[in-house]
Amino acid sequence: MDPRIIKELRDAVGAERVSTAAEDLVAYAYDGTWAEQQPDVVIHPQTTADVAAVLRIADAQRVPVVPRGAATGLAGGALPVAGGICLNLARMNRILDICIPDTLAVVQPGVITLDLQKAVEKHGFFYPPDPASVYQCTIGGNVATNAGGPRCLKYGVTGDYVLGLEVVVPGGRVLRLGGRTIKNVSGYNLMGLFIGSEGTLGVVTEVTVRLIPKPAAQMTALAAFPRLADACEAVGNILQAGVVPLVTELMDRATTRAVEDFKHLGLPTDVDALLLVAVDGDADAVTREIAQVAVILERSGAREVRQARSAQESEALWEGRRNLSPAIQRLARNKLGEDITVPRSKIPEMVARLADISRANDLPIIVYGHIGDGNLHPTILCDRRDAAIMRRVEQAAADILEAAVALGGTLSGEHGIGVFKRDHMLRGVDGNALAYMAGVKALFDPHDILNPGKKLPFD
Amino acid sequence: MNLYEPTPGQQVFGLHLPDYDELQGCIRCGRCLPVCPTYQQTQLEMFSPRGRLSLLRAVEDGKLALTDGVEDHLYHCLDCRACNTVCPPGVRIGELIVRGRVAIEDKHPRPFLIKFMLRHVLTGAERAALLSGPLRLVQALRLDRLAAAVLRHVPGPVGRRLGELIELAPHPGRPLARELAEVEPATGPQRHRVAFFLGCMMNVAMPDVSRATVRVLRRAGCDVLTPRGQACCGAPHDDQAMLDFSRDLARKNIALFEPLLDEVEAVVTDCAGCSGALKEYAEWLHDDPEWRERARRFSAKVRDVTEWLDAIWPEELTPVHRPATATYHDPCHLANLQNVRSQPRRLLGRVTGLEMHPLPDSHPVRCCGSAGIYNLTHTDMSRELLDRKMADVAATGAEVVVSANPGCLLQLEWGRRLTGQPIVVKHVVEVLDEGLNGQAQGDPRPRG
Ligand SMILES: Cc1cc2nc3c(=O)[nH]c(=O)nc-3n(C[C@H](O)[C@H](O)[C@H](O)COP(=O)(O)OP(=O)(O)OC[C@H]3O[C@@H](n4cnc5c(N)ncnc54)[C@H](O)[C@@H]3O)c2cc1C
Ligand code: SF4
Ligand code: SF4
Repeated sequence: MDPRIIKELRDAVGAERVSTAAEDLVAYAYDGTWAEQQPDVVIHPQTTADVAAVLRIADAQRVPVVPRGAATGLAGGALPVAGGICLNLARMNRILDICIPDTLAVVQPGVITLDLQKAVEKHGFFYPPDPASVYQCTIGGNVATNAGGPRCLKYGVTGDYVLGLEVVVPGGRVLRLGGRTIKNVSGYNLMGLFIGSEGTLGVVTEVTVRLIPKPAAQMTALAAFPRLADACEAVGNILQAGVVPLVTELMDRATTRAVEDFKHLGLPTDVDALLLVAVDGDADAVTREIAQVAVILERSGAREVRQARSAQESEALWEGRRNLSPAIQRLARNKLGEDITVPRSKIPEMVARLADISRANDLPIIVYGHIGDGNLHPTILCDRRDAAIMRRVEQAAADILEAAVALGGTLSGEHGIGVFKRDHMLRGVDGNALAYMAGVKALFDPHDILNPGKKLPFD
Repeated sequence: MNLYEPTPGQQVFGLHLPDYDELQGCIRCGRCLPVCPTYQQTQLEMFSPRGRLSLLRAVEDGKLALTDGVEDHLYHCLDCRACNTVCPPGVRIGELIVRGRVAIEDKHPRPFLIKFMLRHVLTGAERAALLSGPLRLVQALRLDRLAAAVLRHVPGPVGRRLGELIELAPHPGRPLARELAEVEPATGPQRHRVAFFLGCMMNVAMPDVSRATVRVLRRAGCDVLTPRGQACCGAPHDDQAMLDFSRDLARKNIALFEPLLDEVEAVVTDCAGCSGALKEYAEWLHDDPEWRERARRFSAKVRDVTEWLDAIWPEELTPVHRPATATYHDPCHLANLQNVRSQPRRLLGRVTGLEMHPLPDSHPVRCCGSAGIYNLTHTDMSRELLDRKMADVAATGAEVVVSANPGCLLQLEWGRRLTGQPIVVKHVVEVLDEGLNGQAQGDPRPRG
């Protein structure tokens, strides 16, 4: 990059917040995927004004800017694929306000999601979005990817809790969107455009989130289904009975076996599907509902149902799900996790197609996910050292996305498009809609400096 | 950019780390970032476990030259192993960073003074004890205070740091190494026989604590066997990339304790750094066919004193403390490395009169900044971590701060002096010892 631009950046935000050291460029070259590309410079802004200055200079000089939270993203969204500036927002990590009368919190984008949850819990409140990366990901990243998690079925995704945003757009203008109220129809819902935009429209510099009261209790049941289709149907039956479960987590046979090999918890490994159902609410309701759930699970074809009768037993049933991540890490050297979502009724067919794809490409694929919202995580096991395997992985990934779209689903439920799924957007999204999306991008970012090469399939 | 491009299957460039495979095992999930103390302080990726591994990997893959910056980042790691405890694929991050230090040692050797001290002074409790004579003389004549006072008035950071270092120096009592009989018999009903490993730091800086350890062990029914000529455990050398040296020390200790192993139930030490290292001998010498089995047998018997006492504590013994609030600070090398967390807490729970208030960030534990010689080599980072720890301590309202490692105790004691907080800092065994002897008044007094 032109040294004059670096100097301009240094003058604008302070030399100590701008780095071109070789080591720093290496450390900011990746995210939670396996891909790598070094930026030309890393900037560590502390204030909205810093961010605005960077976007003003970058826009004028046509330099790419890639916003970065904790770099846990699984779609390559924070990779500086075109070089340029890596904008590290992790240092803007203050909780600015927890307002009890209005039950909301105002935070900077670099706040770690769990830190927000813990801070509001002290006041008896609850911030429900719970991506499995909650320990390490940032609120800014969550907003930019509209992150979800197991609790989405009942509580919704990140975007359902965002009341207001401050964003900086290319050119350096600061927009304040939404506000501190649940209802807000003054003007267009521009805020919605930024939620899930993967850092391609603006940089989120402040987030106002809605809080809800913390449910008092939680209870869990675990069911073993010989047939996966029955597990899916069971979730429908539970909803029909008027119970909205907190989570409905599915593990297929291979996943269960991996967990069992890792932790020896006594999980049944001879069934097609293990389904973990949890309910939350006040203590009485929870006890009543979990009993109801257990009956429905049995009637829907479960061979065995374990129902927790205490918080402690509940915890024990969670043990398997909690160890899923380390367990599957040990299955293979490398993994590619997909994130498709299909209508719930189509899950059995999707799982069958995954088995076909696995066979056709000669690659093991394990499946787990959240039945309730149709979000599946087929995970391809592979070895990146082997070029032949990697070619098959690319094919299998394409096959999976295609199958999901064919079944009326989407390319990604929560991880985002980033670079990994970008080329599939043409098939996955309605053509007219895509054209308007391109228009939105051009409106906010006419010179294509903000996270270029991501999300939309145009250069 | 081809997203499905294969990675190199073997090392072509770089350091040829033996653990290249494991290095590639990091999936960059970022789970280790929020628990890493140096990342917490800086929010900079280069100061995180994931960042450090990535630097090593880039050097290995020929994408990054072996710069001074790489060295600096590798040595900014506290070796506290908080990261290891949370890593989903189970990458042994702390170990890989230490391996990285070894691999760059050719081109980036450690400072002469550090190596000299480690090679010639910190080689065993008895040798190290030679240090304490002159130190005690200087302190008796109050020359240290004088020097510190003078240095404090020298302008610039160097004078201030030196002054602080002198103040940090412990005021040790008589060393213990040559005082212990080879067998100190149980004073309570005899039930066990244990070998005692006397750490260098304990012996030089806080021999009175180790005296308490031996008293408590005997009271709890243990014959305590202390073989003469013990070598340093090797942890400081391992930490500073002197692997050959630390392996030699390990062999010495194994050979020395071997004849006792049939006779004793455990090899006990009251230094968490030592117990961690002694337990790792099996791994250190795994590739040495002559020593592998001997090391495994030795390591299998090693117990931290808190672990051992918790396992054998006789129900009839009830230590008593005057009513006081207390808190327990986990030493990294006890909690993160050895997963010994509940044992010291259970022991303290047996002390009548102590009301325990927990410290935050204890699982994995956040380092107090002591970290071997880190508080001498990286004073600024160490000081920031100490300040945070002291603020945590103050928030618990504890009057007694208990830990189980000499480095932590010295660091916390220094924190006490810096902040003037009305606390006493004690080893778990001191609390037990005083509690059994009815002398736990807990008056603030300087350590040593
Ligand atoms: C182990 C693991 C489990 C996961 N589980 C889940 C899960 O259950 N559900 C889920 O939804 N995701 C999950 N993820 C994916 C990831 O954690 C989420 O996408 C998360 O929201 C990313 O946050 P981040 O701070 O790491 O963002 P990054 O990875 O740094 O960035 C993600 C995207 O957001 C953009 N961005 C980041 N910050 C800003 C900002 N302030 N302004 C504008 N754009 C910004 C980046 O440019 C990038 O496009 C998981 C990841 C891992 C490693
Ligand atoms: S937790 Fe382990 S796998 Fe994840 S980034 Fe850290 S070292 Fe890598
Ligand atoms: S050992 Fe401690 S300081 Fe070093 S990388 Fe791990 S957590 Fe960070």
